[in-house]
Amino acid sequence: MTYEPVIGLEVHVQLKTSSKLFCGCSVQFGQDPNRNTCPVCMGLPGVLPVLNRQSVLLGLRAAIALNCRPAPFFKFDRKNYFYPDLPKAYQISQYDLPLALDGFLDVSVDGQARRVGLERVHMEEDAGKLVHAEPGHGVPAGTSFVDYNRAGVPLMEIVSRPDLRSSKEAHAYLDALKQIMRYIGVSDCDMEKGSLRCDANVSIRPAGSSTLGVKAELKNLNSFKFVERAIDGEIARQTEILQSGGKIVQETRGYDSASNTSHAQRSKEEAHDYRYFPEPDLPGFSLSPENIESVRKNIPELPAVRRARFLSEYHLPDYDADVLTAESTMADYFESVAREGADPKKASNFIMAELMHDLKSAGLSADQSPVNPRHLAELLKLVADGKISGKISKEIFPVMFKSGKSPAEVLKEENMELISDAGVIAAFIDQAIAENPKAVQDIKGGKQSTLGFLVGQIMKKSRGQADPALVTQELRKKFGL
Amino acid sequence: MTPSPETWTAESIGAAIRDGGLHASDVCESYLDRIRRLDPKLNAFVTVLESGARMQAESVDRDRKAGKPLHPLAGVPVALKDNLCARGVETTCSSKILRNFIPPYDATVIERLRAAGSVFPGKTNLDEFAMGSSTENSGLFPTRNPHDPGRVPGGSSGGSAASVAADFAPLALGSDTGGSIRQPASFCGLVGLKPTYGRVSRYGLIAFASSLDQIGPFARTAMDAALLMDAITGPDPRDSTCLPEPAPKFADGLREPFRPVRIGMPREYFAEGLAKPVAGAIDRLKDVLVSLGCSVVDVSLPHTPYAVPTYYLVATAEASSNLARYDGVRYGLRIDSADLVQQYFLTRARGFGAEVKRRIMLGTYALSSGYYDAYYLKAMKVRRLIYNDFMEAFRGVDLLLTPTAPTTAFKFGEKVSDPLQMYLSDIYTISANLAGLPAVSFPCGFENHLPIGAQMIGPALSELRMLRILHEYQKQTDWHARRPQNLS
Repeated sequence: MTYEPVIGLEVHVQLKTSSKLFCGCSVQFGQDPNRNTCPVCMGLPGVLPVLNRQSVLLGLRAAIALNCRPAPFFKFDRKNYFYPDLPKAYQISQYDLPLALDGFLDVSVDGQARRVGLERVHMEEDAGKLVHAEPGHGVPAGTSFVDYNRAGVPLMEIVSRPDLRSSKEAHAYLDALKQIMRYIGVSDCDMEKGSLRCDANVSIRPAGSSTLGVKAELKNLNSFKFVERAIDGEIARQTEILQSGGKIVQETRGYDSASNTSHAQRSKEEAHDYRYFPEPDLPGFSLSPENIESVRKNIPELPAVRRARFLSEYHLPDYDADVLTAESTMADYFESVAREGADPKKASNFIMAELMHDLKSAGLSADQSPVNPRHLAELLKLVADGKISGKISKEIFPVMFKSGKSPAEVLKEENMELISDAGVIAAFIDQAIAENPKAVQDIKGGKQSTLGFLVGQIMKKSRGQADPALVTQELRKKFGL
Repeated sequence: MTPSPETWTAESIGAAIRDGGLHASDVCESYLDRIRRLDPKLNAFVTVLESGARMQAESVDRDRKAGKPLHPLAGVPVALKDNLCARGVETTCSSKILRNFIPPYDATVIERLRAAGSVFPGKTNLDEFAMGSSTENSGLFPTRNPHDPGRVPGGSSGGSAASVAADFAPLALGSDTGGSIRQPASFCGLVGLKPTYGRVSRYGLIAFASSLDQIGPFARTAMDAALLMDAITGPDPRDSTCLPEPAPKFADGLREPFRPVRIGMPREYFAEGLAKPVAGAIDRLKDVLVSLGCSVVDVSLPHTPYAVPTYYLVATAEASSNLARYDGVRYGLRIDSADLVQQYFLTRARGFGAEVKRRIMLGTYALSSGYYDAYYLKAMKVRRLIYNDFMEAFRGVDLLLTPTAPTTAFKFGEKVSDPLQMYLSDIYTISANLAGLPAVSFPCGFENHLPIGAQMIGPALSELRMLRILHEYQKQTDWHARRPQNLS
């Protein structure tokens, strides 16, 4: 029997706020343990949460970008469980009235468009983290410490419907989600810094069946690649169980990337009873249609729309549009160059071939590029006007990148300015004529196309610095053409 | 003025300090001296803050000398229930689990009183985490009623009530979740006001049941209560449930002309279980109000019988979550164990008393998967019906008049073995918390040497209206001025 995998993803992204969800503490990454804490996020007795407005705006922006229906009224609930990293022994989350419901995300898998349904988007606070003592810490083995820097950091959970059918689709979904979140400035989605986390619900069913199988929830998936591998492994595990006549049990399984295996953590019977109930310390919040509209208005163009526009407006090939719109900062950069008058395709080629390479080696994003878009446009114009060759443009670009100077400045400093002295060019022409008698004969015999060959020879001799227009003009004069 | 706390009010102390008739330091010493002499008999205080109080009083005297303007409560001692966080001062909730917990911050009410120049003589005893009606559930020791040391002062704010009744301070702050200010005010012969939910910031009040808790004043007179309300009310950005509307000027309001009001007496509150002397005292109170021009009619609050069960679901559910943080990980008591779960078990088993454990169990059960709809959710719905009862009643009357408690102060041990009997002593006070309404208890008579309390319940934000009537009543009567006999 063949089986069809059914996959749903629960993704947590950290909202890009400057402070925590319910207090004013910084969310800066990499601080000394417990530096970013206060009585509120430490859950001291008597303190109360106050909702961070910025996080609501970001959450709402994400919800709208994900085609969800923002709730006219949302509230917070307490999710109760004991663990040392949870200072209040409850997490303030959202249960039955989340920020937004019912959206979708269009993703492309092997060139095929797929629409993935979204169940809900809600806000919640993060927990702290346990740090286990190691030899050298000067405390007995088995001692653990708690770092509450992350406690109270604002998270948004995005829950997909079980619409994904392969690990590849899951990966594509995550890519698309991350791209949108970064585009609209809602989250950095940096898995290494914990600003994106993903759990996967995986089940299988006989192909053609419409009922859902028993699912396993996969946790500890630390990269998109591991999400893909863990899902594949889980599909294989469940298939094997069913094929050998066994039964899948509903459980939570932890993925171990080193061995590429998962192990059972908690069965359904052992699952927590979180005893959700409305958070009495926070009132409910109403969103007016005007609130929602003002957020909607400020959402920048989303990746898919922008990509389509790059195709129609700049007549770029699919590949170029894909690459340039992958990150909004790069797309912005390209558009700035084009607005300065550069030919879109030439600009695209240069950006993909030169700029992206240099940015990558320097670890910079496009908005941090030392070469500003106007300078790049000027460089491309020099080439277009025949003032320098393409080769020279590629030679001086790294200098521009290093120094941040304009192409004119660099050309001057590097002594690579265009030679437009007719006398100097005449000398190159005479030399070329002397060295290429065959070509000269062809031209004289009426084969005008060979003129181009001679121009090339002269450019080479001038190390590309001769003004190609002037060279052509002088050469034609020489032959009386 | 001569230094004798037994004749003072907050109003008179504040005025005397401002016009130079009294030094704040002398006032402070008089009260501290009384606490030293008499509190060992009563145990109103968990912590006496002698040196801190002196420093606060001296600072007021310096300000007076420097010609700085003084707040009406400058130099006036205010005793603080020990579930209010004060920076640098051990705050126990009368629980072993919070022993040695020293908050690094002030509750909003304490911050405001500090700014006013009030003096804090000490932190007062309560039923552990404010769960109880007698202080017998204190994890530390019980407090005795100044009117009769063989009887309870009421609870949970029994220490605050006893401290004012015994003239250890002219004012005290308590908190009221189901009657914890009003019932001890009734037992100790004081004015005790539970404000409208959201009128006073809860920031820094250690939570019992967040949707019911309110901080409020204990005083002898309506005017003193108004002065304390002036100092503690008003919006607070640190409490999202605190109302954004500015509070009225309470003390100024009491000086406005008196206008009679329509008073309703809910018949469900005068049914079976109400002690005769209490009913009689309310009857005489009614006559005084009528003589002041008020009209009195019968009204009905038909869902009253459901108040106690509703309360014990909502309050315990919230408490089970609020008290989960006392796990020994970050502060307070920790019984170490190599095993995390054992550490939780041991810490909470030894740190919490029996009543607190009982309520955590009840609340956990009410919120459990499969029971939520039948208990917590249903209780929330009944809570709305109780609120609707009040709204209906307030269409015809301005205020409700009821007894505060079915009886006068009971004896130690009388109800402690029967939690249900203990819970029923809050039967008249609980509804105001469920509906979020303001209510005030005040003395309206005595049964032998024991004070009898009456309660007014008003619509949201009607504290001033109630205090204004009370002020008028206190001009006609002297129940509020009676000090405990044989306390010296």
